[in-house]
Amino acid sequence: MAYVPLADQDKEMEMHHPHSWVEKYVWSQDHKVIAIQYGSIAVFTGIIGLTLSVLFRLQLGFPESVDFIDPNFYYQAVTMHGMIMVVYFLTALFLGGFGNYMIPLMCGARDMVFPFMNMLSVWTFLLSVIILMASFFVGGGPTGAGWTLYPPQTAMEGTPGHDMGIVLMLISLAVFIVATTMGGLNYAVTVLQYRCRGLTMMRLPLTVWGIFVATILALFAFPALLVAAIMMLFDTLLGTSFFMPAVIEAGAPLDHNGGSPLLFQHLFWFFGHPEVYIVALPAFGLVSDVLSTHARKNIFGYRMMVWAIIAIGGLSFIVWAHHMYVSGMHPYFGFFFATTTLIIAVPTALKVYNWVLTLWEGDIRLNAPMYFAIGFIFTFIHGGLTGLFLGNVVIDLPLSDTYFVIAHFHMVMGVSPILVLFAAIYHWYPLMSGRMFHEGLAKAHFWLTFLGAYAIYLPMHYLGFLGVPRRYYQIGATDFIPASAQDLNASITIAAIFVAVAQLLFFVNIIWSLKYGKKAEKNPWGSASLEWQTPDLPPKHGNWGDELPTVYRWAYDYSVPGAHEDFIPQNTPETVEPTVDEEHFDPDQDASKADI
Amino acid sequence: MALAVVIFLLVIGSIIFHFASPWWFTEIAADWGSIDFTINLTFWVTGFVFVACNLFLAYCIWKFRQKEGHKAVYEPENHKLEIGLSAITTVGVIAMLAPGLFVWASFVNVPDDAVQIEVLGSQWQWQYRYPGADGQLGTADVLLVTEDNPFGVNPEDPRGQDDVVVNDPELHLPLGQPVQTLLRSHDVLHNFTVPQFRVKMDLVPGLVSYLWFDPTREGRFDVMCEELCGIGHFVMRGAVVVEPQADFDAWIAQQTTFSETQNMAAPNVAAGQAAYAACATCHGQQGEGNQALNAPKLAGQQPWYIERQIQHFKDGARGGDGDTYGAQMAAFANMLADETAVRNVAAYINTFPDTPAQPTVTGDVDNGYDIYDRNCAACHLDNGQGTWYNDSPKLAGMSDWYFVTQISNFRAGIRGLHPTDDYGEQMVSMATAMSDLEEIQDVAAYINTLQR
Repeated sequence: MAYVPLADQDKEMEMHHPHSWVEKYVWSQDHKVIAIQYGSIAVFTGIIGLTLSVLFRLQLGFPESVDFIDPNFYYQAVTMHGMIMVVYFLTALFLGGFGNYMIPLMCGARDMVFPFMNMLSVWTFLLSVIILMASFFVGGGPTGAGWTLYPPQTAMEGTPGHDMGIVLMLISLAVFIVATTMGGLNYAVTVLQYRCRGLTMMRLPLTVWGIFVATILALFAFPALLVAAIMMLFDTLLGTSFFMPAVIEAGAPLDHNGGSPLLFQHLFWFFGHPEVYIVALPAFGLVSDVLSTHARKNIFGYRMMVWAIIAIGGLSFIVWAHHMYVSGMHPYFGFFFATTTLIIAVPTALKVYNWVLTLWEGDIRLNAPMYFAIGFIFTFIHGGLTGLFLGNVVIDLPLSDTYFVIAHFHMVMGVSPILVLFAAIYHWYPLMSGRMFHEGLAKAHFWLTFLGAYAIYLPMHYLGFLGVPRRYYQIGATDFIPASAQDLNASITIAAIFVAVAQLLFFVNIIWSLKYGKKAEKNPWGSASLEWQTPDLPPKHGNWGDELPTVYRWAYDYSVPGAHEDFIPQNTPETVEPTVDEEHFDPDQDASKADI
Repeated sequence: MALAVVIFLLVIGSIIFHFASPWWFTEIAADWGSIDFTINLTFWVTGFVFVACNLFLAYCIWKFRQKEGHKAVYEPENHKLEIGLSAITTVGVIAMLAPGLFVWASFVNVPDDAVQIEVLGSQWQWQYRYPGADGQLGTADVLLVTEDNPFGVNPEDPRGQDDVVVNDPELHLPLGQPVQTLLRSHDVLHNFTVPQFRVKMDLVPGLVSYLWFDPTREGRFDVMCEELCGIGHFVMRGAVVVEPQADFDAWIAQQTTFSETQNMAAPNVAAGQAAYAACATCHGQQGEGNQALNAPKLAGQQPWYIERQIQHFKDGARGGDGDTYGAQMAAFANMLADETAVRNVAAYINTFPDTPAQPTVTGDVDNGYDIYDRNCAACHLDNGQGTWYNDSPKLAGMSDWYFVTQISNFRAGIRGLHPTDDYGEQMVSMATAMSDLEEIQDVAAYINTLQR
């Protein structure tokens, strides 16, 4: 691919160079500061989401032990937990946080293409969070309709937060989507247009590929949620009937007719399934780079990994109705969506194989980031395999809406991406802060989180096999659920509390290390990728000092035979370190012919 | 090193957990062994992959951990290996998917000999409709729903006249007879699930969905709602009784048809008045109630609720162990010979003027409002009037001390746990919103403010 000269036009940098503290840290247009802002807001909402989960787990494990957890609060808590974690925490942290931090640095750019819009994005995101949190303080409280917000119940008596809560939720989502769109356009254009000399697409680290494809998914998927939210607002506030059929509320018919609840579900999941990959693909990318760096080995099968990301991204748009096998849609759809869903297993499995094969014959440094990355492989294998149950339409019949579903998606898009988040935060902490974190604390954090999470979710699958339904405030009296299920629930709750408290170790570590951590030397992990090659650590505004880097090779030249060290930075010229001879492999044959 | 050992132990531990776990699928009660087969196939295939991948992972960590003088091998890719692994994965996926699709085809295509039964969901109860002698269900529309026609059956449709309507959450099915349940909702999404039958499907207002099964085992099984349908979701329970054809025939003969419910003779208020004489001693001439005699106010209460409760006292669903005053009431209820007598009395009580009862309970009204608004109003409504649709009695203006006693009884398991008191069972769960006597009194005090 030809070099695009746009990236060299440095004049624009002057325009948003900060002149005061406020411009530097508040109204900042520096992608790194915006990344930290995005990340901090996301982590703040994540803490609220985590707290809510501990509260409703207390009810499930020890019914009626907490006075204020009544059925109303329970449904509000599970709803807000779900929406916060999926959208406001994971999406914002991966795209707004890591996307912002990594893309310009890994692309050898000074910043995003549109720094002002980038700043606007983070403040709009904050606005959406404020609107969301406001719903805790309005009459009736936040919506308790479940995070899927299925109509018609969202706006009906009998659903917590059916008047103000749901309206605020929908407005907040719409505002969030505006923020994501501004950010997403920025990330995509930056990857396409702002790469430095010599950095072809097939030389990009997988982190950039994962975030890039996830961004494209977000740009296509979120509009479906936006229109659904707006249509539902119309139904709620203006009395339209997009999603509202004729229904009875407390004995009398409502003034709606002819709308389709299933239409909402299609729109929601047309967003909702790609959303899973909006979270997963950046995680795939980040973990690939952590694994490769600490195994001192190139990522195995780079090109297949890239194509797998693209294939998964594409397929993710034609599998959405596997969330709707028992929704009452025409059952013939089941044949199509089961087939497409299980096809996704192939590129996904390939990624897992390649991660493990990256370790094969490596020289694995078992430090904290690597612990989390390997923990991810374990939980992702588990969560991926249980997806084969739910995706296979007929197995979904008994398991849908049971704890099996909860266990599956928490394993695959909760625990797994969060383990990657920790791997990535520890891995890039020296770059972001210029300090090293405390290794022992980080490892303790890993053990408690990893083992605790498995103690939560492995048994939960078995509650699902048994048929215990999700979204029940209490199991109550049944003939088929033995009393031992309650003991299991209690043990799950205890594990959940352990895991939640263990996160304090993380916060203590990163805050303490900011000041007291060992000063990081340059490129402490010996990483080949570009973000570690900045003249300053942490990189200053503009990232690259006077001159933008030039890239001569891919991001994974580890343990190259004949090289001086066990890694060759991407910007090392061929005259210093030869490129790998043909006998081995040149991952991008055409790159050598590129216009460098 | 430790990580390799732990991953190895987690794999072993998972296997042990699986075999030691008492939590597994319930014993199947429908002819869906093919679903269980697909599950087992998937379980063993994925289980094998789980063990193999993670043991290999653990081995790699152990074998290739960083060592002095050791260097990683430079091997960017190996197309043959990648294609080979993808091919094996594809074969495995096909092996699981293909049988799944065949079983799905048999789920989608309902056999010709299946009988159709309607399952109707509404917040938060199950009701059922059988086609009657003509074998066909009449048309129905949500806009035709009234207290007298809770199914919304079209009165003009001749096919619907003989439909058997079961206004009770217990479904009866003959053993070995394939059944197609047509699923309909009057308000929000619900989901009809019987874990032992393996199949489930959502009820969607505005359309009719379906599922089918062939019950193969006698017994009484739980019906669960498995689609979030509001605050009462977790108490939306029912039951299905699978019984021999003869028992089923006897049961269905006792049920009423749609036309019978429409043409029922008006209750005889005069007869009700005569019968009420026995009640008046305690409940008062005008049903105003008498706390000294533990008799609650009846005037203003909805007739369907009075009828149901008298029936419960007659059946022994109320007035059992621990409920002394209920036991007294049961003796009087048994003086009413049959359903007609019960209807007559309820109709007579309905003629009383409704003067709000004197408040006797005090409490924190604000806290009471908070609890009521969040948890009770969904059924009993903001104004405390209750509605037949939610099976919720009137609370406002009724005896507040009786409310306190009854909620305490629900909390103590004295009321609502009898197997035939399905609506009481819901209150057992919902009453947990009030954690102690003080909160119950708070709610009672708030309800007292609703009298006007």
